[in-house]
Amino acid sequence: MLAEKDIIYRADPHRPSPARLVGVQPLAPEHALFQFRFEDPKENERWTHRPGQFVMVSVVGTGEAPISICSSPSRRGVIELCVRNTGRVTSALHRLKEGAIVGLRGPYGNGYPVEKMKGQDILIVAGGLGMAPLRSLVWYVLDNRSDFGHVSLLYGTRTPEDVLFKGEIAGLVGRGDLETHLTVDKLVEDGQPWPHDVGVVTGLFKYVKDRVDPTRAYAAVTGPPIMYRFVLRELLALGFGKDRILMSLERRMKCGIGKCSHCAVGYKYTCIHGPIFTYWDAMNLPEMI
Amino acid sequence: MSKRELRLGNVRVLPKDLFPDFVKGLALFGKVYAPVVRPDGAHVFSPVERVADIDMAHPRTMLSPKKYLFPPETEMYQFSPEKGYFDPPVDTAKTVLLGVHPCDINGMLILDEVFRRYYVEPRYFARRQSLAVIGSSCEPDDKCFCKSMHSEYVDKGFDLFLTDIGDAHFVRMGTSIGDDIVAANPAVFRPVEDEDVRAYKHAENCRAQAYKAQVELDSLPQILELEYDSRVWKEAGDKCLSCGTCSSVCPTCYCYDLFDRLNLDVASGARVRRWDSCLFREHALVAGGHNFRDGRDSRMKNRYFHKQVGFVSEFGRPSCVGCGRCIEACPANISIIEMIKSLREEVKV
Repeated sequence: MLAEKDIIYRADPHRPSPARLVGVQPLAPEHALFQFRFEDPKENERWTHRPGQFVMVSVVGTGEAPISICSSPSRRGVIELCVRNTGRVTSALHRLKEGAIVGLRGPYGNGYPVEKMKGQDILIVAGGLGMAPLRSLVWYVLDNRSDFGHVSLLYGTRTPEDVLFKGEIAGLVGRGDLETHLTVDKLVEDGQPWPHDVGVVTGLFKYVKDRVDPTRAYAAVTGPPIMYRFVLRELLALGFGKDRILMSLERRMKCGIGKCSHCAVGYKYTCIHGPIFTYWDAMNLPEMI
Repeated sequence: MSKRELRLGNVRVLPKDLFPDFVKGLALFGKVYAPVVRPDGAHVFSPVERVADIDMAHPRTMLSPKKYLFPPETEMYQFSPEKGYFDPPVDTAKTVLLGVHPCDINGMLILDEVFRRYYVEPRYFARRQSLAVIGSSCEPDDKCFCKSMHSEYVDKGFDLFLTDIGDAHFVRMGTSIGDDIVAANPAVFRPVEDEDVRAYKHAENCRAQAYKAQVELDSLPQILELEYDSRVWKEAGDKCLSCGTCSSVCPTCYCYDLFDRLNLDVASGARVRRWDSCLFREHALVAGGHNFRDGRDSRMKNRYFHKQVGFVSEFGRPSCVGCGRCIEACPANISIIEMIKSLREEVKV
């Protein structure tokens, strides 16, 4: 038998807490923003997270899915998740109406190393739904703006319709304390109003390469696997160290607490050691991207 | 009391003719489970109905004691739209596991680490604390490579440990519960004599000589990394059936799935944890259809790397304990001993 002193009892980490869906906003085709608040006011008070962390969301009867938190810890009140309708749990989420109860547990994962990023230039590169975890970082950086050097956001989507947080992004474009550049792979129809770039996201690097000092900067990159290959090449060419490139990785997850092993990649658990990995970590792990 | 007896306060001798009385006495400490032979010849941990059914000298049971700590299926909690999430009762019935071999005791120590680190899993430890472990010595067969994995011996993780010394068992007490068991059954134990110590040392030496299978552990993580693209993986992947048997029988595999099981009202139900296997095709499949380990070879490689590379970097030892179950159970005759040998040979250019 194991000695009593060997064990620290805590509440069961697998059990979610009831949370109410207090707001839903459609963002793009198949993408919506979901706002949650815990039913227990104490949990809302206790809640804190780091940009880049995620939660496990349960919709009763359909199971659980890992979703990155897209709200910033600097803006308390609701926990926001940007969710694409793509699997069993996420499609159930999309069917929910305001007022519905879901289960939430977390926050999980390491999140962005915001303490280390202080005093540095920040280059944020987002592709598609990769904007979700990065939105948390964007607002965290803007709300603590004096802690950081030059900050830029490069955001690419397939079409103008696919831009997430359209109003918010439009507001960012005009800001003096953040350099924002947008691009789309293609316009839906010729002559569609789009006062930004057309082409891949790496095409936006020309705007910021002279403003960012790679020796005192962090690049936060999140997007589809194909995007990483080209963005990483570009960042290395600019002179970014491999440990200054931060990637957020997606994996199948069941437990979120470093046990079920679905998200294990080589020697690491995406849910514990990630989802934010430096490129140096990632290149030394098999099957990382 | 002589000096020797004082120093050997934590060892006793259990004559084999008193073994039935010893087993009866264990009932005070919980329901007794031990390896028994099934009609089909397989050894399984089962409730003990007759002492004569117990066969502790078996090479290995079909499943390890993992099934008592981390059952194949567990209801984690129940839910209903009205009541939200609530816990079903946790099974904490006192249990005595008799005849656990050193490899399996080491397996439990590894599972302890897994369920303790990062976040403590309370169900596992509730079961663990209700479990008394009585280890027993064994004779290695051609699939046992516990010695290579440094799991052939235990100095913790048991309450009592019985080593066969001919007409008696040499008994080590590992915990105060072990001491309680001895104290509650004074008539079945006798003090240790010089002759018993000699017999114990002889038995240990004989066992150390008896190993036929061997895996060279030195620099294995590095070699696996260097042989990441070896044809050995591809060839084994072509044979692998992705059936997951190796992970079910493994004393340290702990992958699991979590899913909701709905009641007939389609509203209430339970979140269920069930053994999973990283060999299954869907294990690393994400929503949207991308599979990070689509090939059978990549899934098999992931299992080896997790046990022989990842665990070593985190705990300083592999999570494999060398029990040989995966070799015995694999329907495709894939042997970890042969795999590692082939991968090591690849290094010799």
